[in-house]
Amino acid sequence: MLEIQGVTRVFPARRGMFGQGAEVRALTDVTLSIREGESFGLVGESGSGKTTLTRQILRLDTPTSGIIRFEGKDMATLSPAALRALRAQIQIVFQDPYASLNPRMSVHDIVTEPMLIHRDLLGLNRRQRTDRATELLDLVGLGPQHLYRYPHEFSGGQRQRICIARALAPGPRLILLDEPTSALDVSVQAQVLNLLIDLQKRLNLTYFFISHDLGVIRYICDRVALIYRGEIVEKGDTRSVFDAPQSDYARELLAAMPEVRVPD
Amino acid sequence: MTDIATTPAVARTARSEAMRRALFRFRQSKLSIVGAVMVFLVLFFTAFGGLLAPYPEHVAGGVDTANRFLAPSVGHPFGTNELGQDVLSLVMAGTTVSVAAGFAVVLIGTLIGTTVGAIAGFNGGWIDEVLMRLSDLMLTIPGLILAMAVAAALGPGFVNMILAISLSWWPGYARLVRGEVISAREEVYVSAARAIGASPARVLFRHILPNIVSPVIVKMSLDMGFAILTVAALGFIGIGVRPPTPEWGTLLSISRSYMPDFWWTAIFPGLAMFLAVFGFNLLGDGLRDVLDPRARR
Repeated sequence: MLEIQGVTRVFPARRGMFGQGAEVRALTDVTLSIREGESFGLVGESGSGKTTLTRQILRLDTPTSGIIRFEGKDMATLSPAALRALRAQIQIVFQDPYASLNPRMSVHDIVTEPMLIHRDLLGLNRRQRTDRATELLDLVGLGPQHLYRYPHEFSGGQRQRICIARALAPGPRLILLDEPTSALDVSVQAQVLNLLIDLQKRLNLTYFFISHDLGVIRYICDRVALIYRGEIVEKGDTRSVFDAPQSDYARELLAAMPEVRVPD
Repeated sequence: MTDIATTPAVARTARSEAMRRALFRFRQSKLSIVGAVMVFLVLFFTAFGGLLAPYPEHVAGGVDTANRFLAPSVGHPFGTNELGQDVLSLVMAGTTVSVAAGFAVVLIGTLIGTTVGAIAGFNGGWIDEVLMRLSDLMLTIPGLILAMAVAAALGPGFVNMILAISLSWWPGYARLVRGEVISAREEVYVSAARAIGASPARVLFRHILPNIVSPVIVKMSLDMGFAILTVAALGFIGIGVRPPTPEWGTLLSISRSYMPDFWWTAIFPGLAMFLAVFGFNLLGDGLRDVLDPRARR
């Protein structure tokens, strides 16, 4: 479904007052492929290039070299209109639910905005958009009474549910989850994770799940890749990576992992 | 889910709740309330000062030379001036010109400045460079000197005066808005909007600008005082509004030659100016505490 081939992103050196700084290689030759319907996990520490990779996939940023294909189409060659249509298919849930909702917009406006932007694609009128927003809120465990509230009136877990509803609004097939639970309390994390698993089954979604929490990855993902300093150091089925890690980095990471009980 | 009738009511309560909280915070500070009351009085006289003046014929330019330089009394609480005109009437009517001109200056400055700043901050790159160097250039020219140059070129008058001051007024807003837009542009919700597929115009008008309104409103309120002062200063040096139209700066300018013997001719226009400026500054401080709590000292 999503193919990332040899993607490299180098941020050019900044010319300062005292000569040149060093260029930053955020991603080096990253190759991954994500299959329809699976949950693909990407694990890496802070600064390893996880978020940079999501920005390449969303085309908020352009890779220095390499190709990203969605459904066989090279995203770099798409016309602006085709890219806009594609954006309905790929959605993202960000890490920080406190920063990723516009504080001046009501939940209704936040959730209906993707439908408004992609109205050509979805063909929903105002009334239908409101109805669908209500349905989506219901789907993520919020009620119609929340529709006209503002983000500051919600807790972190509820906000992340709003973010998920917004991501679901244009009817996407792939959702990028950029550490969706790491800003939440542990008890809320489990609720949100279970919601995500439930939604995946119901709506037949593909997840690209980014995290540094190995327990979460193991709980959710079918396949996993490890990224270290912008390079993929290991990838494979979650079970085999966790049971028989091949690379030194993977072994180190797993050794450092606290013992967690994972429900089967 | 189909209960659509109740949803607008929910919206209203949520919004009115936020308003109630803001009002509560505003009321916590007595000075803000004093400022709001003063601004209300100033605006009241701006609207009705000319109509309520006890001697409307003096406002229109009539003179009464038999009663020159009367000290403040019951009939003329602020006394009379060198032409026998009632100073109270002139000060009341003068509010209109001074405050309207000040407001026009701030409004025009805000419009130009916000447009320039938003374009510069949102686009970045060479557009940003060009626009900001242009506004830096404007900042290097002292406002009064520029206003005098404009008055010399276009002739003195109410509209020219406003244009002249606005020209030197907008760069402050351009800088403020540019900075705010640049920091808002990096917010995650802006990335989110772009990832959804929002157009640049949508991102700017729906996601960035609504989130930078507060500091702009605060600056407008704080600037009102200075704008009124600048208008008065231009009147004082004689290139603003011409007599007989009453204006605080002009009133002050004429009466300064009769100080200190006939102090009331100068004191009262000056006092009116002081109260207006003070009121708008207090209100601005109060608004900042409510709308932009981060900037609180």
